[in-house]
Order: sequence, then C-alpha cells, then structure tokens
Amino acid sequence: MRLEVEITGKSFRSAAGETHEVLAPVRFALQSGEVGVLIGPSGCGKSTMLRIILGLDHDFAGRVARPPEARIGMVFQEPRLLPWRSVEQNVRLAAPEVSDAKLSELFRILELEAHRSHFPGELSLGLARRVALARAFAVEPDLLVLDEPLASLDDALAGRLRDEIATLVASRPMMTLLVTHSLDDAIRLGDRLFFLSPRPARIVQELPIAIPRAARSEAEIAAIRTELARRIQAEQGDVHAGRDVS
Amino acid sequence: MLRLLSFALFLATWWTAALFVGGAKLPSPPAVLHVMIAEASSGALFLHLGATLARVALAFTLAMSLGSAIGYLMGRVKLADRLGDPWLILLLNLPALVVIVLAYIWAGLTEAAAIAAIAINKLPTAIVTLREGARALDRSLDEMASVFAMPRWRAFRHVVLPQLAPYIAASARSGLSLVWKIVLVAELLGRPNGVGFEIGVAFQLFDTPRLLAYSLTFAAVVLVIETLLVQPFEARANRWRPRAA
Repeated sequence: MRLEVEITGKSFRSAAGETHEVLAPVRFALQSGEVGVLIGPSGCGKSTMLRIILGLDHDFAGRVARPPEARIGMVFQEPRLLPWRSVEQNVRLAAPEVSDAKLSELFRILELEAHRSHFPGELSLGLARRVALARAFAVEPDLLVLDEPLASLDDALAGRLRDEIATLVASRPMMTLLVTHSLDDAIRLGDRLFFLSPRPARIVQELPIAIPRAARSEAEIAAIRTELARRIQAEQGDVHAGRDVS
Repeated sequence: MLRLLSFALFLATWWTAALFVGGAKLPSPPAVLHVMIAEASSGALFLHLGATLARVALAFTLAMSLGSAIGYLMGRVKLADRLGDPWLILLLNLPALVVIVLAYIWAGLTEAAAIAAIAINKLPTAIVTLREGARALDRSLDEMASVFAMPRWRAFRHVVLPQLAPYIAASARSGLSLVWKIVLVAELLGRPNGVGFEIGVAFQLFDTPRLLAYSLTFAAVVLVIETLLVQPFEARANRWRPRAA
C-alpha cells in the first residue's frame, strides 16, 4: 500500500476578498511500514495539508492517491471525542469490529483501564489524547495520521506517551504520517523527515533516517539532532542569501 | 416540601379571595372540588380530558417530527433555508386564531382540521429551534466521523443527535405549553367534546365552579406530564454535562 501526495497548490479567499496561497507545490510518497514526519513552523499549512490528504478538503490543485480501501486512523490536535459517550463507547463507535482482547490490550498500553466508563469531560488533556490514540489504533488503520499528538503536554508525560506511540506504531505495518514541530519527536518516531517552509508551505528538505527506529540509541539520536541542526542552519542561510540576490 | 408549602399558599389565597368576592364569581376550593368529583364519577371529566389529551398527543407528535426534520434540513442546507425562511416568518407571526378558523372553514369542523390547526401553530417554533441546533453542530466532530468512515446512520445517532437533544428538549418544552394553550381554543370553536368545549359551555352558562373544575384538572394533568415525562427526558439528555453548582 502506498500514499502519494502531489499537491500543486492550494489557496483560499479570506473574508476580505484577498487570495492567500497556503500550499506551494508539495510532493511526497509514503510506503507501508514507513513513518513520515512533517516538520514546520506553526501556521505553515500543515493542518491544511492533512485535511487534503484525509479527504476533508477537495478544493485544491493536484492529486492525492491513497488506496480506496485503506482504513484511516486519525489523532486530531484537539482530541475530538464525543463528550456524551464514555471512553469505551468513543473507541467502539469508530471501530465497531474491534475485539475485546484488542481493546483491553490498547487500554493497557495506553494506561486507560481505569477510565473505560468515564466521560471525556472528566479526563485531563493527556488522558483524552490517549483515548484519541486508542480510537485511532482500534480501527487497525492502513494510514495513521497523528497531528501534533504530544503538543501542550509536560515533558515527562510527552515522553511517556511518545514511547507508547512508538510501541503501537511498531506493532503494525502501516503508513504513518506524523505532524510535529518538535525535532526530538521527529527523530525518535520518524523514518523520513520532511521539513516544511513557512507559508506557503513547500518541502525544503527530505531526510531519511537509515537506522531502524527500534535500534536508535540515545547517542545516535543526539548525533542525528546535531547534524540536522547544522543542515537547517545552512539551509536558512541559503534562503537568506537567495533572497538578498533576488 | 417547598412545593407543598407553595401549593398550600395558593389554596389559602384562593380561599380568602373567594370569601371576599363571593361564590358566584369565585367559588371556594371545596365547591370546585365538589364539581370535580361529580364530573369524575359521571365519567364526563375523563371523557373530555381524554379527548383533549389525544388531540395534544397527535398534534404535538406531528408538529415535533415534521418541525424537527424541516428545521434540521434548513440548518444544514443553505438552499432549504433560503426557500423556507419566508414561509417560516409568515407562520411564526400568523395568529393562532386565524389558523384555526381557516382550518375549520377549509376542512370542515373535523378532527383532522383541529389537529392540523394545532400542529401548524406549533410547527414554526419547532423549526426555528431545531434550525439553531443544526447550525450550532460541531463541524470538527463531523470531520472526525467522516475520517473514521462512520456510516451515516451511526454518525447521525451518536454524533449529531446528542448535540440536538437540548434543542429538541427546549422545543418540546415550549411547544407543549403552546399546544396546551391552543388546543382549548380549537375545541371551543369547533369540537363537540374536550376540555375546551366544556369550558365554552360553562362560559355560556356562567358556571364558574364547572369552569374552574375543568381548568384546574387540566392544569394538574399538564403539571404531571411535565414532571414525569419532559423533565426526566431533559435530565437524561444532559447527563454527560458537568452539573451546575
């Protein structure tokens, strides 16, 4: 299974009648078993790109090819749970075929066992995110999309949740697309990193990480990070230089 | 306890007022109770009350289901809203009496005419409330349902309907009180039975005890239905919300 994204442009008309370019031409593909990471500054058009890939926004130029039978699991930035349904019902409504054993395993990994019958209004953000994760994994997705799943959590909690996500992503071959602005999360969770420019977003750099996710040691992660920081700095230098010339 | 006290206060005020005004204009509570018991034992009270309740039930169900469907459509589909809006404004501002009289002229003094007239009076308020509800639906949850490929009916039942429930409850609550008021007028003008008909007869004979006996029984029935049916439904629809302090 393969996801191909070939967006040639996306603009929208503001209330004042001006046209804004949100996306410049963007092109990438993702294989089954691969984790692609979109990294970019806030407001660069990442969420717009996700909406296009998910089929929520059809008003764009270009094409997105994903197998029509591909099941999608999505973790939105805000958890988007149904406040009037319990945690377990929220998961089961999205994934009616999930077996009891699978559900119990998910709840165990995500530490949700004690909250099955709670309503989302009774949960903290961290717990609500976990429910959203459980929901996305319960559908046994072919395409998993995570939109800043660790944003606005404290470091310790984010670290723990990141490990849980890594465990779950490794448990199943699927195409995973992670959106984040944390380099650290990208290096720990991703196979290929796509760096996006400020609006209108385009891919400034594509960086595959050769070492398999599970095999990366802390030292290697640190090395990749240093290397990345150097490259990004060089890239930004180029951009500035280019602008000066033109 | 507080409710009982307030009821006792009501009875006391009534009784004192009756003593001052005199039995012809305002009969005392025992006099009214006497008529109630007489009417109940002859069966007339239940017959008329039953006829009125049946009309309320039919007209209310008709107006609620039709009004909810139209209101939901108008809230979701812009074209429907544009087309329906002038009609809605007309219906909203049409006096109940006009609708009832016209219904009787056009459809004859029939049961169908009465029920249709009552339903038409309640219809626009149901539409307006449900339209607001449909406009306030959370789009982000719609997107969630669409990404997870929820079938239409499941999404409607679990994503849309719970968001509409408070609006449906509000519309049922206000609609019921409207129907209670209008049903009696419709009966007075063109039906041979029901509480409204009895009140009309009592008015012509200036029979105040009988008038009060019927009105108060009717009011009591309304109160019972409100507390036993409408309020529990509201409580259930809102059980996931954090309690107000």
